[in-house]
Amino acid sequence: MLTLYGQAVPSRMMVGTALYPSPAVMEAALRASGAGIVTVSLRREAGGGRAGDAFWRIIQSLGVAVLPNTAGCRTVKEAVTTAALARELFGTPWIKLEVVGDDETLQPDVVALVEAAAILVRDGFEVFPYTTEDLTVATRLVEAGCRVVMPWASPIGSGQGIANRAALRTLRSRFPDVTLVVDAGLGAPSHAAEAMELGFDAVLLNTAIAKADDPAAMARAFALAVEGGRLAYEAGLMPPRDFASPSTPVVGTPFWHAAGAAG
Amino acid sequence: MVLTVNGERQETEADTVARLLQALGYEGGFYAVAVNREVVRRPAWPEAALADGDDVEILTPRQGG
Repeated sequence: MLTLYGQAVPSRMMVGTALYPSPAVMEAALRASGAGIVTVSLRREAGGGRAGDAFWRIIQSLGVAVLPNTAGCRTVKEAVTTAALARELFGTPWIKLEVVGDDETLQPDVVALVEAAAILVRDGFEVFPYTTEDLTVATRLVEAGCRVVMPWASPIGSGQGIANRAALRTLRSRFPDVTLVVDAGLGAPSHAAEAMELGFDAVLLNTAIAKADDPAAMARAFALAVEGGRLAYEAGLMPPRDFASPSTPVVGTPFWHAAGAAG
Repeated sequence: MVLTVNGERQETEADTVARLLQALGYEGGFYAVAVNREVVRRPAWPEAALADGDDVEILTPRQGG
């Protein structure tokens, strides 16, 4: 079973709570996903107040672990302050650390990310850094004390799937003991299965489920794909070959030798 | 006095975090509060004094990815 910072979780799929057409659809999708961890954010209370209460009641009713994020933060200071508020609000040391470096691609500012991660680890947080597929950055995050690293497949919400398969393979082989989660960019269950077949420990999804015509059905589709991909990884995939190789035994092929004798 | 509450200027008589939440109708809700970018933990709200010009953030759980 997957463990994250010592906590066992029942599913290798984490799911975001944003972008659903309604709270009821979100709840149905989260339940169908079987996810043991859902991501949430913190936002300013709106004028009338109590906007967060209804949402929070649904999340609490699910009985899942909550992974708060620092989405939208652009500086180390913002991210560290947001993490502190998240710990206060949700009572968890877990934080999905995001520092946005580019508004167009939402690419992480990996320099600020490493700095913020180091500060938060020293402050007792268990950090889940959202990063690119860059090997050196991942190394710095691990050196800073992150025991989970979450590289993107492709930009958030793009649904493009794994853009740099070779780099993700490298991360897996270089960090056999670090929990690696593919976060962002997965658009189809096949993408999630691919990430799991590469040996990643888990995936984190949001848009692909929330924006499906039937989010609950899509959540189930992703759950099956994640399970299938993981089983395949554990079973040991065959290495690809350049040439065909017959799968049916050649020995005992009927008429073969008879035809040769006649010729 | 005048505070900045969630980015908006607000005239208030509330002189502690707890009184401000009460004045805003947020009493009993699920919130985290920062004053001048420092977290004020929930048990400290009744005593946490507010001063003219303070920047108060009142945050609540929301949807996130």
